Amino acid sequence: MINNSLKTLSQMLAKKEISSVEMTQTFLNRINQYNPSINAYIALDNAKTLAQAKVADARIAAGNAAPLTGIPFAQKDIFCAKGWQTTCGSKMLANFIAPYDAHVVAQFDAAGAVNLGKTNMDEFAMGSSNETSYFGGVKNPWDFDRVPGGSSGGSAAAVAARLCAAATGTDTGGSIRQPASLCGFTGLKPTYGLVSRYGMIAFASSLDQAGPMAKSAEDCALMLNVMAGFDVRDSTSLNHPKEDYTRGLSQMTGDKPLNGLKIGLPKEFFGDGLDANVAKVVQDAIAEYKKLGAELIEISLPSSHLSIPVYYVLAPAEASSNLSRYDGVRYGHRAAEYSDLNDMYMKSRAEGFGAEVKRRILIGTYVLSAGYYDAYYLKAQQIRRLIADDFVQAFKQCDIIMGPTAPSTAFKAGEKADDPVAMYLQDVYTIATNLAGLPGMSIPAGFSNGLPVGLQLMGNYFDEARMLEVAHAYQQVTDWHLAMPKGIE
Amino acid sequence: MMANNNWEVVIGLETHTQLKTNTKIFSGASIQYGAEPNTQADEVSTALPGVLPVLNGQAVECAIKFGLAINAEIPERSVFSRKNYFYPDLPKGYQISQFELPIVAKGAVIIQVPANGKNAAYEKVINITRAHLEEDAGKSNHGVVEGMSGIDLNRAGTPLLEIVTEPDMRSAAEAVAYAKKLHELVQWIGICDGNMQEGSFRCDVNVSVRPKGTEKLGTRREIKNLNSFKFMQEAIEYETQWQIETLEDGGKIQQATVLFNPDTGETKAMRSKEEANDYRYFPDPDLLPLEVTAADKARVQATMPELPEAMKARFESEYGLSNYDAASLTTSRDVADYFVETVKHGAQAKPAANWILGALTAKLNTELNTEHKSIASNPISARLLAALLKRVQDNNISNNAAKQVFEAMWVGEIAGDVDAIIEAKGLKQESDSGAIEGIIDEVLAANPAMVEEFKAGREKAFNALIGQAMKASKGKANPAQVNEILKKKLAA
Repeated sequence: MINNSLKTLSQMLAKKEISSVEMTQTFLNRINQYNPSINAYIALDNAKTLAQAKVADARIAAGNAAPLTGIPFAQKDIFCAKGWQTTCGSKMLANFIAPYDAHVVAQFDAAGAVNLGKTNMDEFAMGSSNETSYFGGVKNPWDFDRVPGGSSGGSAAAVAARLCAAATGTDTGGSIRQPASLCGFTGLKPTYGLVSRYGMIAFASSLDQAGPMAKSAEDCALMLNVMAGFDVRDSTSLNHPKEDYTRGLSQMTGDKPLNGLKIGLPKEFFGDGLDANVAKVVQDAIAEYKKLGAELIEISLPSSHLSIPVYYVLAPAEASSNLSRYDGVRYGHRAAEYSDLNDMYMKSRAEGFGAEVKRRILIGTYVLSAGYYDAYYLKAQQIRRLIADDFVQAFKQCDIIMGPTAPSTAFKAGEKADDPVAMYLQDVYTIATNLAGLPGMSIPAGFSNGLPVGLQLMGNYFDEARMLEVAHAYQQVTDWHLAMPKGIE
Repeated sequence: MMANNNWEVVIGLETHTQLKTNTKIFSGASIQYGAEPNTQADEVSTALPGVLPVLNGQAVECAIKFGLAINAEIPERSVFSRKNYFYPDLPKGYQISQFELPIVAKGAVIIQVPANGKNAAYEKVINITRAHLEEDAGKSNHGVVEGMSGIDLNRAGTPLLEIVTEPDMRSAAEAVAYAKKLHELVQWIGICDGNMQEGSFRCDVNVSVRPKGTEKLGTRREIKNLNSFKFMQEAIEYETQWQIETLEDGGKIQQATVLFNPDTGETKAMRSKEEANDYRYFPDPDLLPLEVTAADKARVQATMPELPEAMKARFESEYGLSNYDAASLTTSRDVADYFVETVKHGAQAKPAANWILGALTAKLNTELNTEHKSIASNPISARLLAALLKRVQDNNISNNAAKQVFEAMWVGEIAGDVDAIIEAKGLKQESDSGAIEGIIDEVLAANPAMVEEFKAGREKAFNALIGQAMKASKGKANPAQVNEILKKKLAA
């Protein structure tokens, strides 16, 4: 059962082959068994979870179940969930119980889904290995010595280790896609503004976007149906008509379902810095797409090499301001002793934030300072537009852009922990889409030395449905996405 | 003191006007004044993790109204920025404000500076640099619990329009005239309740001095949070004198923020600007740039009341009022509305203006008005005043009798309408010519000497006879009729 698709799980529930309580209990048992070693979940509350499952069972019995009703999901701990400890992976919020639901959480609730718990993550989503979490690192289920990627590392490990049916994540520079690549599953970062950020703890507001993390494109489509939609409480939420993201999936049949599809391959994504074995797996996947009828076109994203420097100006700038509210005054960590107001601020923040968060607050404060703003923040905004323009040009030539998701497979815990720049390079292929606000996806494309490798798909604005079809077509003829780590069956 | 003639003071104002909206500028929480602490602090006001701001359209409308009222440029696009600093009553650690691109750009306000001693009254144009939308902070309450500070976030997120002038004012009188004009204008167009005690209208005044005849601006000090015009006048006068004396003594002015102490009448530096924060302004990524289209402006324009200048001109042409009366009636929307109502209820314009600017204003301004009755809410409604003036117009009562009725209505001495009071006080004017003839006959019979004097050509005797007749009628006889009948009888 744990390997089943969301669609199959939903059918099992509908046919009363299993109740939501039983299904949920199965996952809770697995969590009980494996979470102590994997550390995917930060907060669990079995009573709350099972109560939700009971409500779902009643809804199913009453015959008004929605597609996800009764299915147990994991929520990244970046989403406020009423009555749940909501920490964002930080000591600063270790004692924070959210008094309200994030839009995403409310949408899953309304769909009748069951919340298994809150998943581990890099502190305030700042990291690519989950090692900056106050609650400790997360094991990559494929190799416990390795990291699951980040920042959505807990959700990633939970999906890969089948400790949930699927999970939510957020992606500011690659935080859904890079862990999807490193843990071997399907993850989608939607168009900026497609999923409301209300109740999602902000890291870099102009880049943050929530999305699904699941076994397959089909599962992601079902989840996106629940997550996407206009929300007046988020001024950057886009008033885009509701779509059924599963609508085209059933047409991905026959020999050449992707006839006429033009796939752009950015030459900049296949150069130095890309692991040769990863490159081979990605090339093979792209070759498979050719077999499915797609046409391959070499394209160029000439400004993409500036993505990382631009991102590490803009994201910390926004973060330095977003994280100012954690001052120990109203909620969150406050130092036990302090001499005056400034001392309270300094001690509370010095104790409450970890090293990476502090590094980014310092960078952000610096680049916004009088005298530096024009040279850093303003310049970065200008380059951001150039990067977005690259994609506008590219999508005149092709429908979908493909390349590697991450430059390497999962690395060893501690390997890059002391080298921030090496860590930042993990997102070298994913950041550009965040800067442009475009949707991006990672799907399992094979293995290198027993570790999963992801293929990245990048689409035009609001092209999620098409991307999901393209991913689904591949998953119809390959079974990389069905592979499961050994030792946790 | 004597040195003042060599110096010129340069003043600019920044005014925070609290906008009359139902809810906060970025959330649905109430902005009602005086609620229990933190009962109006929703998740946005307390800056919980994950919350986002949503701009209140009413606040935008208020800002556009102001822009239209001062004939300002209203750019198509303005941007909300974050002003970053730490303070316990600033829950997000930044204030959402507008920095480079405000909603209202250059405009102007015309002020009337009153006569002072041998200086005649004059008009002056004060240029407005900009007006921008921003959110208010909360309040720190020190010492409510001993040794601790309480934070009340009810006010956090209250919509403000900060209105900034050019350094165009050259005296405390001009600054106060500007502040009063602005205070009246924002109430006139209905965007602010003008309540200075509750902080709905707060002025920061930038003051610098320079040798007369020079162009270069001196170093300025900013007097913060003045909440009465009287204090503003005193503070500017003290600050100006202090700066002049400091410079004449060879000292230097340090740029600083100062507070005015009403008890001592002095200004005192609060913090020097060198220690000031670097606010690290940048565009708020949670809010899209604000677009104000021509259609938006037209829609708001349609809701705009007639502005004071236009109304004044209309009062002169339509009602034949003097420039002075028209100007006086349009210093406040409430007064203007009261006047228009009075006329609408049938009073003639000129007497209505006289009564409003005379008797009624005197009543409202006297210290005896301990209940702080206002023109909009006092026992004599525009309808009642009109009813009273109509009785004067139709000769039902004399002007003197009308004053007695007015008094009675003001104190609520007699319940009922104007006619009931006239009746109860026996003030109805006698206009029955038969009755008046009878009275005059009696007066003539009783005063043969006066009649003789009149016939001998002494005009004064006529007035004496009128006086006698009025007295005999207990003041109720219609004076015009008495005059006419007496003339007729004496000529017979």
